[in-house]
Amino acid sequence: MHWDWAVAADVLPRLLAGLMVTVQATFVGAILAYALGLGLAILKMSHSHPVRFVFYWLSEFIRRTPLLVQLYFLFYVLPDLGIFLSPFLAGVIGLGLHFATYTSEVFRAGIENVPKGQWEAARSLNYTRAQTWTRVILPQAIPPMIPPLANYLITMFKETPLLAAITVVELFNAANIYSNSFYKYLEPMTLVGALFLLVSIPSAYAAIWLERKYARQH
Amino acid sequence: MEIIVEYFPLLLKGAWLTVQLTVTSAVIALVISFVIGLSRLSRHWWVRALATIYLEFFRGTSALVQMFFMFYVLPLLGVTLSPFLAGVIACGFNLGSYGSEVVRGAIQSIGKGQREAAHSLNYTTYQRYRYVLIPQAIPMMIPPFGNLLIELMKLTAVTSLITLSDLTFVAQIIRGQTAMTLEPFLIILVMYFAIASVLVGFTDWVASSIAKRRGMVPVKVN
Repeated sequence: MHWDWAVAADVLPRLLAGLMVTVQATFVGAILAYALGLGLAILKMSHSHPVRFVFYWLSEFIRRTPLLVQLYFLFYVLPDLGIFLSPFLAGVIGLGLHFATYTSEVFRAGIENVPKGQWEAARSLNYTRAQTWTRVILPQAIPPMIPPLANYLITMFKETPLLAAITVVELFNAANIYSNSFYKYLEPMTLVGALFLLVSIPSAYAAIWLERKYARQH
Repeated sequence: MEIIVEYFPLLLKGAWLTVQLTVTSAVIALVISFVIGLSRLSRHWWVRALATIYLEFFRGTSALVQMFFMFYVLPLLGVTLSPFLAGVIACGFNLGSYGSEVVRGAIQSIGKGQREAAHSLNYTTYQRYRYVLIPQAIPMMIPPFGNLLIELMKLTAVTSLITLSDLTFVAQIIRGQTAMTLEPFLIILVMYFAIASVLVGFTDWVASSIAKRRGMVPVKVN
């Protein structure tokens, strides 16, 4: 088995088109994961015990079951219930929902780590609830959240190949389709690995830089 | 309902394979965690470099891509692995890279005084790690290892894509044969949750039994 540059050149444009889908799925999924995660964090910190209980276990259920099965669930079960989603939409919803359970812990920890004295100080200065959040709590809670949230972005990027299982033609599936049509496995799969490394290693170093940057301020 | 009863033995077989995949790849991942994690602390630059290359490679690419590479590309290079072997190697190597960072982080977090004490007692490098650093680092490794164990268990679902008939594969079979969708996927989600919950309980038990033996307060996993 020898590396064939002609095959590599032939498959590369398709892989780059797939990479675009992968990047889109990552960002849309991440936006969902951040938004749903924040909502889930607030619900898990609710003053009502039943609300806390329900959302804690809902979150644990999603977190302890495989993303692949959740994607199948969204892709195969929802149409039977009358809800039709495109594969891409089902994929990003699955990604967003799965990683919301992880980001919710980041939000929760970030908010809970603001010292109690800060809440009391805002109160004693007669700040409204909105002012307390926007002027006192969030400015202190958000910076330490940024590095872990960035890390989950990278994790989600590496999970996107699972979307191939529900027919989304992202980077990995583009290679797989090519392999199955032309019986060339070495070049496409190796290039997929190389493209992943090309994106994820610089991103990982960017995340470390973020971590150092925000660690210095505290 | 009777269809589910009919398929229940198949589901149990799938669950058993999922457990086997999880346990086997967890053993591989644990060994790799220590080998790579300790290599990253080596005084020889080339050992550190090799370990870093391993880490960046397996942490930087997707587990599914690694698994497909092992299953479809390695045979072309003359290395043929059974689906089970390709699955556990991919899962174990992948999670081992994350685990190596847990090992390295925990050992590096041990206070400088402990290293100096080992030096002043004239311990060799082996003795310093074996009797001073690693025993103190282990309790700190347990909670993150517990989280990785759950990640590993979830990752085994991906082996259904390389023809292994684990839980996920069985659900697909039931869907194909009966056209039912809700029931098989809901059932396996609950089964995965049950397996994961046992693993969480196991991690808590390990943490508390280590703590009890040493008379410390255990670090809670969740």
